Amino acid sequence: MSSVNTAHSVVEPSRTSKRIAATIVIAYAVITMIPLVWIVLTSFKSPPDSISYPPKIVFQPTLEGYCNLFTTRTRQTSEYITSLGAPTSTCDEITRSRNMVIAGPSNYWPRFQNSLVIAFGSTFLAVSLGTLAAYGFSRFKVPLAEDLLFFILSTRMMPPIAVAIPIYLMYRELGLSDTALGMILLYTAVNVSLAVWLLKGFIDEIPREYEEAAMIDGYTRMQAFFKVVLPQATTGIAATAIFCLIFAWNEYAFAVLLTSGAAQTAPPFIPTIIGEGGQDWPAVAAGTTIFVVPILVFTILLRKQLLRGITFGAVRK
Amino acid sequence: MPKFRKETQVTSVTDTSSSLLGKAANATPAPIASRIRGISDRSMAWLFITPAIVLLLAINIFPLIWAIYLSFTNFRANRPNAPIEGVGLSNYSRVLNDPNIWQAMQTTAHFVFWTILLQTLIGFSLAYLIDRKFRGHAFWTTVILVPMMLSPAVVGNFWRFLYQPQIGLFNYIVSFITGVPPSSFEMLGSVQLSPWAIIIVDTWMWTPYVMLICLAGLRSIPDYIYEAAEVDRASLWRQFWSITLPMALPFIMLAVLFRGIENFKMFDMVTLLTGGGPGSTTEVASITLKREAFESWRTGRASAFAIILFVAVFGLANIYVKALNKVKQR
Repeated sequence: MSSVNTAHSVVEPSRTSKRIAATIVIAYAVITMIPLVWIVLTSFKSPPDSISYPPKIVFQPTLEGYCNLFTTRTRQTSEYITSLGAPTSTCDEITRSRNMVIAGPSNYWPRFQNSLVIAFGSTFLAVSLGTLAAYGFSRFKVPLAEDLLFFILSTRMMPPIAVAIPIYLMYRELGLSDTALGMILLYTAVNVSLAVWLLKGFIDEIPREYEEAAMIDGYTRMQAFFKVVLPQATTGIAATAIFCLIFAWNEYAFAVLLTSGAAQTAPPFIPTIIGEGGQDWPAVAAGTTIFVVPILVFTILLRKQLLRGITFGAVRK
Repeated sequence: MPKFRKETQVTSVTDTSSSLLGKAANATPAPIASRIRGISDRSMAWLFITPAIVLLLAINIFPLIWAIYLSFTNFRANRPNAPIEGVGLSNYSRVLNDPNIWQAMQTTAHFVFWTILLQTLIGFSLAYLIDRKFRGHAFWTTVILVPMMLSPAVVGNFWRFLYQPQIGLFNYIVSFITGVPPSSFEMLGSVQLSPWAIIIVDTWMWTPYVMLICLAGLRSIPDYIYEAAEVDRASLWRQFWSITLPMALPFIMLAVLFRGIENFKMFDMVTLLTGGGPGSTTEVASITLKREAFESWRTGRASAFAIILFVAVFGLANIYVKALNKVKQR
């Protein structure tokens, strides 16, 4: 802020107005967190507790939701269960108390792994291609640069379902349907537009003089790019990478239309988790909690760059 | 290379250094000179930009052209071996005369209008309050931002849990406040309430987005303008209408446009929340498109509808980029 904004400044809000503002904002923040807190609480409830009325705020916490999330179970007679030896794990014990035994692992972990592979793979590619293109646009006179940049941005604005129709046909021809490679390429294409726009802003901020100096010292342009520009752009590259990661991590429309098994990511999988007699809400909540925690961490890491990321680098403060 | 140098918009500093470079290159033996120059700037520019462009052409533009071609045919993706016949513009005329599609467009318009109105009102108010800079405002701002970072599909799915009649937290809280029995209404099952159910979730999720951009707008207003207004004894009310609002307006417009484009193509959150139901009450354009393309398998017709949506979004995107540039100049 400018130097005139001191304690005596006429524009400094009064103490009362600050207090009122704080009360309303904090109230909003608390209300907005209720749904999330509720999901985390539900993940530690037993299935009967999760659907009780009135909703239970105080309850006996259990890991049943997490056990159900990671396993598939079959119902057995109590004679069969007593004939088994002592339970080998907490999950074993919880499952047996419901007259069931663990039949095997569920699909959640493979889907979660797919999410990791596809998100990191596409982020790496998008940021690499994006950094190169952003440097090109930032430092060289490119013919039709404005139009190319608009073209790049407009690809991100396309409705995903409209894009998915021809992609579906193309991937079927190329054998890329339901493969991690297909999803990585697709997410890279969507993210590269964000990466170019964001990184161009970051690279524009690095003074050209640094490279010019390096080139006088005998570096080639290429060496100057790798040894001078890239280290200077680290913060921007990291912030861009996190934005790409979040997009790929959260994406649903392409994932549900183009993957069905081998390459399916977590978002289309979580809603399909069902237990006996309908949706197993504690397991769904557990899957959601595990899936959302990385995003919370990233939000905190990114808080200073958020504004820039969501406006394609247009607003910088 | 010298020719290219002339073309570049160079600052005075770059100018001297480039001429220095040129002198150095001329004065030194050829191998060293070429090392200084490296490959020419022009070829390097293309080397850097081409990979990204090629990828976009392959994954975005080539399929788009294919879709344009398909939109003039009777192709069905579930019968890939059937002969493809050209049908001219009939797919387009059918789409534009289909009452279901107009119904979907109306549903989308209702959704877009109300979400933008609510998000702008609440988002701007919050930004205005946060700009009072009370203690801890940075922390609470970060807390408020969390919903917009989540996956819309996952959000839609867990709000479905909150909206459950009988057991859901939403019904419980509403009945706690208003006294209406919690089993007397179903947010997702009722024709009257379900359009509002999706508006509430979208507003919960995206108000922070509008707030964050409005906050940047408010912070871009220099203090001296307010000080001048103080000197002129302008009331706070007057200051708000003549300084705060007009100066934050480009930022508000930016947020509105972006939310407009995003919600126009809304798919994931609504699919998980209502699946377009009950009936087709909350069937927004993208869901209709998905049903046409991947359930009825009328690929040609769906492609025509997709192209129409493209054109609409493209127009909006054009305005958006202009707005972006306006904000950038500030």
